[in-house]
Amino acid sequence: MNLPNELKYAASHEWCKVEEGRATCGISDYAQDQLGDVVFVEVPDVGREVAAGEAIAVVESVKSASDIYAPVSGTVVEVNTALADSPEQVNDSPYEAGWLFAIEPSDASEADALMDASAYEASIS
Amino acid sequence: MPQRTPLYEQHVDAGGKVVDFAGWELPINYGSQVDEHHRVRRDAGMFDVSHMAHTVVTGGDATAFLRRLLANDVAKLATDGRALYSCMLNEQGGVIDDLIVYRFADNQYRVISNAATREKDLAWMRSVAEGSDVDLAPVPGLAMLAIQGPQAVEKTLSTLSSALATGGRALARFQAFDGEDGFIARTGYTGEDGFELAVPAASAADTWQRLREAGVAPAGLGARDSLRLEAGMALYGNDLDDSVSPLESKLAWTVDFRDTARDFIGRPMLETQRRDGVSRQLVGLVLDARGVLRGHQGIFHGDRQIGEITSGGFSPTTGCSIALARLEHPCPDGLTVDMRGRQLPVNVVPFPFVKNGKSTLNQNEESST
Repeated sequence: MNLPNELKYAASHEWCKVEEGRATCGISDYAQDQLGDVVFVEVPDVGREVAAGEAIAVVESVKSASDIYAPVSGTVVEVNTALADSPEQVNDSPYEAGWLFAIEPSDASEADALMDASAYEASIS
Repeated sequence: MPQRTPLYEQHVDAGGKVVDFAGWELPINYGSQVDEHHRVRRDAGMFDVSHMAHTVVTGGDATAFLRRLLANDVAKLATDGRALYSCMLNEQGGVIDDLIVYRFADNQYRVISNAATREKDLAWMRSVAEGSDVDLAPVPGLAMLAIQGPQAVEKTLSTLSSALATGGRALARFQAFDGEDGFIARTGYTGEDGFELAVPAASAADTWQRLREAGVAPAGLGARDSLRLEAGMALYGNDLDDSVSPLESKLAWTVDFRDTARDFIGRPMLETQRRDGVSRQLVGLVLDARGVLRGHQGIFHGDRQIGEITSGGFSPTTGCSIALARLEHPCPDGLTVDMRGRQLPVNVVPFPFVKNGKSTLNQNEESST
């Protein structure tokens, strides 16, 4: 299980990387493994105001449709449009090419409150 | 406690993700369901189907018993080694199970039916057989592999003992050979050519290993489901159950009415449906939007629900989302699916969705069932 140390994790299996006022988000290696092959991803509109814990994206795998929740509150500033043609990147590269959306956080303390890699690892084992 | 098939260790060694399926520990995939699916369509893959129920039917009344038990007519199995797909019905014409029956000699048959309905099926068969000269013998301790795909026949034959290879090579589609060291049938559940091969549990590991060395890829339950859905084959418990008849399930071709003296169970109800027409039918659907159709999603005409999806999913071969749905019949045009609160357009299409490894969707664009 690949759980990079520099990322923060939500209990609902999203990861979040905060740098320069921008939180890039996706789903964890554990989550993609549980879902199986991802065949369709629905991302939010750029500019949408979102609250932490709000369902803002959908990942459909061969097995099921899963809501993806915003790990932090703020404004969606970019989404990964490449996933429309290659949703399998969520499986193949969950922390790089398979990112889902980026949020400009409205409250920096929310990201700090997410789990670090070791706490997340403990939560799924 | 879930049961393990004789190939459990092989699944774990091959990286299989094991799940509980109808009380059996079986692999859902070995890494990627989509890769396994393509492997079967393009080359050869194998599924562990040891959980399926085998019942040997013998006795002086065996043929008469099966002609009463099944909606299809075993009398058309004129030569030994022929196989027949049929539904087994209740008195109301509902489907107790769907199965394949193989004839090996006069009054000598093998029935292969679903794992989840094993006890129910056997109890029903015993009740129907009561008072007649019929012996029903479940066959435990078998390992069965379905080897499927355009290269499956050649790759499998290269691994078999000479007796099984000779028997297997002689088989046309829907024929079977029962030998000393195993049972081999040219049948399957993917729409591809291939074999279903049953061997004693003691030779399971060796059979598996030789198939792997011949280039046959392990494939899991996930790919088995997406392959059978593309092939338009019903799954008992999803598309078929005790409350629907074969005539309401696009399975009229499996009901043999020709011998008017044959009083198979459920016949009176099916005769009524045949005379009056059915009010619901199984149809193929393709999603005309992005997303994935799933079982139990409602199908609507305007704001009126006219049925629901019985099996749905992503079809790797066509790149589309496809489904089987039971809708009121005849069904109107302009249908939508309720997908998580949104109405998205779906088109009714004939199935199978994939034939000989190729999508049938484009050629069907203008037609409907």
